[in-house]
Amino acid sequence: MTDPSAGSATAHKTALDATHRELGATMTDFAGWEMPLRYGSEREEHLAVRSHAGLFDLSHMGEITITGPEAGELLDYALVGNLTKLAVGRARYTMICDENGGILDDLIVYRLADQEYMVVANASNSQTVLDALRARQDAPEGKRSGAEVRDDRDKYALLAVQGPEAVGILRGLTGFDLDGLRYYAGERDIVAGKSALIARTGYTGEDGFELFVAPEDAVAVWDAVREAGAGAGLVPCGLSCRDTLRLEAGMPLYGNELSTALTPFDAGLGRTVKFAKTTNDGRFVGRERLEAAAERAETDPPRKLVGLVATGRRVPRAGYPVVAAGDGTVIGEVTSGAPSPTLGKPIAMAYVDTGYAAAGTEGVAVDIRGSHEPYEVVALPFYKRS
Amino acid sequence: MSNPQQLRYSKEHEWLSTAEDGVSTVGITAHAAEALGDVVYVQLPAAGDTVTAGETCGELESTKSVSDLYSPVSGEVTELNQDVVDDPALVNSAPFEGGWLFKVKLSEEPDDLLSADEYTAFASGN
Repeated sequence: MTDPSAGSATAHKTALDATHRELGATMTDFAGWEMPLRYGSEREEHLAVRSHAGLFDLSHMGEITITGPEAGELLDYALVGNLTKLAVGRARYTMICDENGGILDDLIVYRLADQEYMVVANASNSQTVLDALRARQDAPEGKRSGAEVRDDRDKYALLAVQGPEAVGILRGLTGFDLDGLRYYAGERDIVAGKSALIARTGYTGEDGFELFVAPEDAVAVWDAVREAGAGAGLVPCGLSCRDTLRLEAGMPLYGNELSTALTPFDAGLGRTVKFAKTTNDGRFVGRERLEAAAERAETDPPRKLVGLVATGRRVPRAGYPVVAAGDGTVIGEVTSGAPSPTLGKPIAMAYVDTGYAAAGTEGVAVDIRGSHEPYEVVALPFYKRS
Repeated sequence: MSNPQQLRYSKEHEWLSTAEDGVSTVGITAHAAEALGDVVYVQLPAAGDTVTAGETCGELESTKSVSDLYSPVSGEVTELNQDVVDDPALVNSAPFEGGWLFKVKLSEEPDDLLSADEYTAFASGN
């Protein structure tokens, strides 16, 4: 055994730090934040989200607010999506790419008002995204002085309530019409007596909500949700189960499935790239290279992101080679792997050569520290809620 | 969970029981199991295998990682814990009891293992 426990003196702490420690959480350094990894068994936490509900602290996520008459035009230029077309009160999954079409981050953008958007970036990329948005205010047609980019990373704590019981638990804490809130929509209202942006979004494959609240209100909202959820099987959940939940749901993680070396088309997420934009004369950062990537995806498809399910019990990890079972030729690479609590066996996402990408392809193995373990190729996701 | 006084410990977080007829039991400590998280797979040396103190002799897979298992002593494996192979969660729920890993017939008496108090101090970083 090598000792996996670690800590950092310089990491950011969330507004719920003391709460996590009182609950006995195992903490981990994640993208410069000290975050709860798990409170008890991560497997139990995972299964609680699938069957009842889980409560997460996701305050490490990076919020950036864009306001002003040119807010939408700036985002159309800076991101791959068509954000001027996003309705007020709705949210969209999108990406920010570099000039080469490489993915800088994947994002959720909320349109909070006609001239107000909130961009939510991954913790590890939030500074990159903030810097890029500011730099991209200098569009080819001149500086966009009609858009303001505001760093709101310290203005919000983020709590997620995820699972089939989430809506029932929150119903008792707000007068807001939760049932009328569609998937990928978000509106400001009151939860547990506190102002919150209530969003029907998540990263678990379950129904659920994300609550953006002021840091000083985080403990009160957390405690209220826990109390309301106690009888419904809600448990506090750490980042460990968040990772296995998103993996089962086939959702990509930046740094694993997504990177600057890949375009959205390489990652099977070409649908997020909107070439038919009406603003900025259709220009946006990365457009030329993304058009080429789109064409390549049609004519000469790159490796494809697939699911792998183990027949044995050894767990594939990020970076392990995917090989042809016969001669051991490397045909791909694992990007994420874990024991799946729902399926009861190891699963992985991997980029594989197109000839091996069809579901049911025979003869695919993962090189697990020198031993070739047979794997079944399946279509993503591994899990879809009923 | 406190570290039982009658056991001895390695700095790689394994424990070793007092030998009976020259045979000791090996497991990992509660501290190690807690740090690993839910153990989902164990690969253990087979009966008859020779293990060497300080060298790897198996592996433990948890949700997030795989860790090498180091033998705290040298000798010949006499038995592995089939219960823990079938139900690796025993490592988490009973690391010092039902979650033991293998038994080994000592070829030499180890001299560099820690007492319970020494290991407790070591594991807490003091």
